[in-house]
Amino acid sequence: MTATSAELRPPSPEGRGGQGVRITDPKYLIVMLITLVLVVGEARYSILGGYQRLATTLGVCVATEMLLSWWLRGQVANVASAYITGISLALLTKPQANILWPFALGAFIAIASKYVLTYRGRHLWNPSNFAIALLVLVAADSVAVLSHQWGNDIGTNLVIWAFGLVIAWRAKVLHVTLTYVVCFVVFAVLRHFVVGGPLFAELAPITGPMYQLFVFFMVTDPRTTVSTRRGRMIVVAIVALVETLIRLAGDFQIGLLRPFYVSPPILALAMVGPAALLLDLWRTAQRTARVLA
Amino acid sequence: MFSWRRFIVAAAFVAAIVAVIVLNARAGGSGASTSETIHLSEVAHASGIDFVHQSPTLDPKVAHIAAHIAALGACVSVADVNNDGWPDLYFTSSRFGASNALYINQKDGTFRDVAAEAGVGAVNRAGEGVSMGAVWGDYDNDGLEDLLVYKWGYPQLFHNLGNGHFEDVTAQSGLRSWMNSNGAVWFDFDRDGLLDLYITGYFRSDIDFWHLKSTRIMQESWEFASNGGKNLLFKNLGHGHFKDVTDSMGVGSTRWTLAAAAADFNDDGWPDLYLANDYGPEELYLNREGKRFELAHAGLEDDSKSGMAVALGDVYNRGEHDVFVTNISEKGFLFQGNNLRLNFLKELGKFNEVATGVVADAGWAWGAQFGDLNNDGLLDLVVANGFISADSTRSYWYAMSKIAGAQGNIFEDAKNWPAIGSASLSGYERSRVLLNRGPAGGGFVDVAPQAGVTDLLDGRGVAMADLFNNGLLDVVVANEKGRALLYRNDSDGRSPSPDGRGGQGVRTHWVELKLVGTRSNRSAIGAEVTAEIGPGRQRQVVDGGSGFCSQNDRRLHFGLGSQRLGRVTIRWPSGTEQVVNGLTIDQLHVVTEPQ
Repeated sequence: MTATSAELRPPSPEGRGGQGVRITDPKYLIVMLITLVLVVGEARYSILGGYQRLATTLGVCVATEMLLSWWLRGQVANVASAYITGISLALLTKPQANILWPFALGAFIAIASKYVLTYRGRHLWNPSNFAIALLVLVAADSVAVLSHQWGNDIGTNLVIWAFGLVIAWRAKVLHVTLTYVVCFVVFAVLRHFVVGGPLFAELAPITGPMYQLFVFFMVTDPRTTVSTRRGRMIVVAIVALVETLIRLAGDFQIGLLRPFYVSPPILALAMVGPAALLLDLWRTAQRTARVLA
Repeated sequence: MFSWRRFIVAAAFVAAIVAVIVLNARAGGSGASTSETIHLSEVAHASGIDFVHQSPTLDPKVAHIAAHIAALGACVSVADVNNDGWPDLYFTSSRFGASNALYINQKDGTFRDVAAEAGVGAVNRAGEGVSMGAVWGDYDNDGLEDLLVYKWGYPQLFHNLGNGHFEDVTAQSGLRSWMNSNGAVWFDFDRDGLLDLYITGYFRSDIDFWHLKSTRIMQESWEFASNGGKNLLFKNLGHGHFKDVTDSMGVGSTRWTLAAAAADFNDDGWPDLYLANDYGPEELYLNREGKRFELAHAGLEDDSKSGMAVALGDVYNRGEHDVFVTNISEKGFLFQGNNLRLNFLKELGKFNEVATGVVADAGWAWGAQFGDLNNDGLLDLVVANGFISADSTRSYWYAMSKIAGAQGNIFEDAKNWPAIGSASLSGYERSRVLLNRGPAGGGFVDVAPQAGVTDLLDGRGVAMADLFNNGLLDVVVANEKGRALLYRNDSDGRSPSPDGRGGQGVRTHWVELKLVGTRSNRSAIGAEVTAEIGPGRQRQVVDGGSGFCSQNDRRLHFGLGSQRLGRVTIRWPSGTEQVVNGLTIDQLHVVTEPQ
């Protein structure tokens, strides 16, 4: 979860926001939305589990972003992206027994991935998606992902959904969010027939808090998805498909895939997103080369 | 183009991932690497205890998740039923037609089930409900321990006639109120010398599990549910009559309470109530001089988990009642972690949660109790684990996770739950025996395998008692759909050697107290005893029900290590304070409350 379509535009002349900072700027709308999620979740449900977690992820994310951007690129980057990543990690990471290291290391790995796992100048993974996927795959004894620590109250979630949809529309990523939601519902109905369980059991996950973060911040990250509107919709549909395959693996108890079905959407995105972006960048480069030739 | 700066960043990135892997490998916490000083032998069968718990059968409307809903009811409580000086055991079963068991201690290392002839066996009947646990207390102060069986159904109160028989006095007692209860505690909240009764509600009381009118019976939230059964407080009016004073006393929580314990947590002389709530935060109700209870803001309200047991123990001999509450941990899915809350109510107005490592992460934990198993002067901790052990190749965790994060009105309806089938749910988890090495020694270490506790049954109730009157606390575990276990304490009575290898150190000592109330309730339930052990002060309370659906022996056991036993202060429920000096060690002392 990092940026918005605003980052695809040329930076403001100051390169730091400056007069370019407008409250209606999609980037800052996203910042506002995730702050809203944080405030509502903490005020109503103490969702953080301790302010030291938020301080750790925010501190490490912002510090890492500032340090690496300055060291590798010669200028300090706007930290809005690091702020979103920091809050996302604080909300999504639910570790064992009050340990702090998953927050610190997860935050560093998330931001550092933007500078290390790159292709043609673009980072391939959404930072928080990469960090969470890595943590649940290699540190399952220590880390779980946000599931029911949100109170399961429909009123709270409706507020987030309402704000989220408006902001996704303003940020011009609503098509991504809606495509994913539609695909999830279609695949849920399909799973219901394949698995034979209650339909609501298959639809239930998307009504939960983890999916709010996923559909509004993670799958919509334009820095880590493909360049065309149609392509983004196809990619997010594939994410939903892979997620469904993981979910079916869970239903049919395929032990080999157990590490994946603790958080199907996040791991589906971690697999599909970079592959799609790589392909997109490669094809763009080929086209550019042909034009130049 | 190669850039050394990029290389350094990439190296740091890889190093961070390696650090994650290394730290994760250490997440299981530290176990004991060498032989420890606790040795337990499982001797249930050899002792004549062949009790096997049976789970309830429920209305077919919830058959698809019956294994989940009905995985409760295996409980154990301890009392000297026949006043012969030897603790006896009562086990509950939970299926219509299955008998509960009352094992009388034969004083020779064996027990004999007399439930049928005593009249406390055949209590699981259609229309009446099934047992979920029991607590002993002398409600009429006649010197004989009486029995309250709480149920999914009508609770039953049995009066101990003293001739080996019990009389069901529920009808005239005022307690015949249908509840789906999984816990109860005797305590004298108004200090009038009569034991009152707090019965906790789990499922709503309008639910009859054998004639369901609706499948909307589940929690409406996994973290903040308040649609559970209402807890009830019954004041003992004397002459075998009880009155429901729940609302006037302000203790009618509907938070899916699974366990309760009573003690004077804030040292004001009045017994308070600590509740472990499933799907919600723990609750501490402070007793305002017996006139009302107030829900305390003690740092508990924001820390919502799945509380299943309340164990009380003075963890580091500070003279306080600290609290251990069991919760759920499952690799990758959920880390709620058990809570070990040190009591700083007097200093800070709250508890400090300090659980880490093996204390926090025990699996799907149920019953737990503190007790000094090696008599070294520090309270150790036994935790029973495991929810549903069925087909070990199938797990219900993924299926349950689908609805766990959903909106409450979806999973509140049982028909929306995926079928559990033959799957396990945190099954085949071993119990923990956590040896307390004190703050300087690194806290608790898990010594269960070394101590001889390796069973993988689905533990529920845990109780401790010196069953063989040899100065060592034994451990009894009631297992869901499994046989009850009796772990006889065969520790050698020696403290660890300086190198921590155990068994070679100095001889340890102990002292036990049996309190008899006069102005207070005869069982002395709620009496608070503080023993000066070396430089510390260990506090214990006479148990009217604690852990998860269990009750320890009323006799208090203090391990002393090689330290000197100083002054012993008894604060009786009546408020009388009694100081006892010069108690002979390695003995049981009967102390009667001054008139």
